[in-house]
Amino acid sequence: MAIHGATIDARTWGETLHEWVTTVDHKRIGLLYILFALLFLVIAGVEALVIRIQLMYPHNDFVSPQVFNRMFTMHGTTMIFFFAMPILFGFGNYLVPLMIGARDMAFPRLNAFSFWLSALSGFLLYFSFLGGSGLYGAGSAPDAGWWAYAPLTARAFSPGSSTDYWTIAVLVSGFGSIGTAVNLIATILCMRCPGMTLGRMPLLAWLYLTMSGLALIGITPLSAAQLMLLVDRYLGGHFFDTQAGGSATLWMHFFWIFGHPEVYILVIPAFAFMSEIIPVFSRKPIFGYPVMVAATVCIAFVSMSVWAHHMFTIGMNSYANSFFAITTMAVGVPTGIKIFNWLGTMWGGRIQFKTPMLFSIAFLFQFLIAGLTGIIQAAVPFDWQLSLSYFVVAHFHYVIVGGILFAIFAAFYYWYPKVSGRLMSERLGQIHFWLFVLGFHLTFDVMHVPGLLGMPRRIYTYEPGRGWDTLNLLVSIGAFIQAVGLLVFVANLILSYWKGDKAGKDPWDAWTLEWSVSSPPPAYNFATIPTVASRRPLWDLKHPEDPDSRYE
Amino acid sequence: MSAIAVEIEPTRATAAPAAWTLPDRGVVGMASFIIAESAIFTIFVVAYLFYLGKSASGPTPRDVLEVPIFYTICLLSSSVTIHLAGQRLRRNQSKPFLALWLITIALGATFLFGTAQEWRRLIYEHGLTISTNLFGTTYYSLVGLHAFHVTLGLLMLTIVWWLSVTGSLRRQSQRVEVLSLYWHFVDVVWVVVFTVVYVIGR
Repeated sequence: MAIHGATIDARTWGETLHEWVTTVDHKRIGLLYILFALLFLVIAGVEALVIRIQLMYPHNDFVSPQVFNRMFTMHGTTMIFFFAMPILFGFGNYLVPLMIGARDMAFPRLNAFSFWLSALSGFLLYFSFLGGSGLYGAGSAPDAGWWAYAPLTARAFSPGSSTDYWTIAVLVSGFGSIGTAVNLIATILCMRCPGMTLGRMPLLAWLYLTMSGLALIGITPLSAAQLMLLVDRYLGGHFFDTQAGGSATLWMHFFWIFGHPEVYILVIPAFAFMSEIIPVFSRKPIFGYPVMVAATVCIAFVSMSVWAHHMFTIGMNSYANSFFAITTMAVGVPTGIKIFNWLGTMWGGRIQFKTPMLFSIAFLFQFLIAGLTGIIQAAVPFDWQLSLSYFVVAHFHYVIVGGILFAIFAAFYYWYPKVSGRLMSERLGQIHFWLFVLGFHLTFDVMHVPGLLGMPRRIYTYEPGRGWDTLNLLVSIGAFIQAVGLLVFVANLILSYWKGDKAGKDPWDAWTLEWSVSSPPPAYNFATIPTVASRRPLWDLKHPEDPDSRYE
Repeated sequence: MSAIAVEIEPTRATAAPAAWTLPDRGVVGMASFIIAESAIFTIFVVAYLFYLGKSASGPTPRDVLEVPIFYTICLLSSSVTIHLAGQRLRRNQSKPFLALWLITIALGATFLFGTAQEWRRLIYEHGLTISTNLFGTTYYSLVGLHAFHVTLGLLMLTIVWWLSVTGSLRRQSQRVEVLSLYWHFVDVVWVVVFTVVYVIGR
């Protein structure tokens, strides 16, 4: 133990690596989550490009049908479980303790454990490319689609081990998510600094609390269903074995009881970023704080009773159809309230069009359109027409890319200075923004049309002359423009780390506690635990003559 | 970048509120975990009920299941003993605590023994395994999932027993309290499983 003369610079690579692997610091775990997720964003992005190259022209054979199936399965699974979930948990991990004035999460070791479960499951999924064929020579990576409908996952139809890799990877990542959700709830409820009542928490904390609560009851049904699938595959059970009276429909229900709340588990953190970023760049406090909280909790509740709108085409009775159509449309109400509140925040503000704000404004437009095409499909007869078509694919990518991914980009540009101590380049940020907007709209606006013309999703190739050819080419070109935009973003992340302007504590003149500490924050976050008296503690400090606390 | 004129010292903002108490993180964490677990059990219970009477072949629940009243009483009374044990620990009465804790472990172990006996009987006398029919699949999964949780609970109870024997349990009554929440949950789940499997399902 050389204590004298030991400096940070003197550490070897091995020591640094050891520190990061064994860390229980919420900021480092948050960063690990984010880096892990970015890695998988790039991998799943490449898979998306393979899909788009294959569909660029009719009768294309860039990849074989088998590989094509693996690509869309891995793309979907990776983007949901190994990009979106970990990156949102990563931001939550990093930001929640800082924003509520805590020194760490409630259970730091559980936190590390949850991250490493997620990491393990991601690598397990991709190990299937090497180990998936097992002894059977039956094809490597999972290829049953990301919902893995029964009986496609039965031993008879998925021999070899690829489906087992999928099942176990998703199950383990689910356990990781539950661990982090438990941790976030305990942190937000039990670790707030003095004075931070529930009504004074930053909206981000409220939304992460709601999201974690939803994760507890939304992700676990999938874990249960995966356990059942394992019983079927390994112990000869009959849960989803239609030959022995089992029901393939039951898997669909269990999957979508997870699947639809999952959309809200992903989008509520995106709402959280918007609720922090839009006020700061509009130079106004958030409009309608209590209504925002109520709308979020309301969304979480309603989202648990909409799942079967993914299943209108399996032939439910008209009561079930009506119920799920009505609840689905009802989700639009609290969501609309949120959009109005963000607009109300911007209304009359002195809006600064910095990169985070650009992404936030694009989010508002795109998420609105995504919601509207969702409402269209809530109408059961219309859904019978559109289900399993590219219209659906365009709709949910509008939600996930146009909504969630844009919000994540906004969050990167907004909080990067806090994490690294340096600002990201505005110029590269603008290039990234415009490339991505262009690519996004070229891909996903156009993609609705072949869907309306009857192009089924997951189709390997198609006949020329159906009116799909040019459209598919445009969609693929848009995908490449997005890929270039993403590369600009990654370059910005890396270059700004060394070349970016020094950020200082509070580059955006913001109001929440994370901006009161140095950038990057010290390991202990706060030298002394702060005390707050309003929703905008830093406003109170900067304007002692007119503090918010006077009006609350 | 706009420089901040005011030096930021959050502590100076206002005087701390007179009383600032927050819920215990152990209790909140365990409560969240229990909510998540309840969702898992709910899905297994739904599958059990959905597949009642849908087996393509025998045996059926009515043919082979016997109501495990004695073992159920054992498990449920272990909830009472663990509660009393917690009370003793809070009052620092370590001998009665230890006795009640051991009784809890014994009752839990008896319950597990009962499950093992039942499974032995079903497998060897009635030829019912997890792959026999839908009843077998859903029954062993649901009861097995519960038994797995009892086993985990027993392991943790045993660790606490060991900690108290070695004397490192002082001032940890809050943690023991959190563990007993889990044990109560396992008991409540058994009430549901019992009702579903042995009352409704038979």
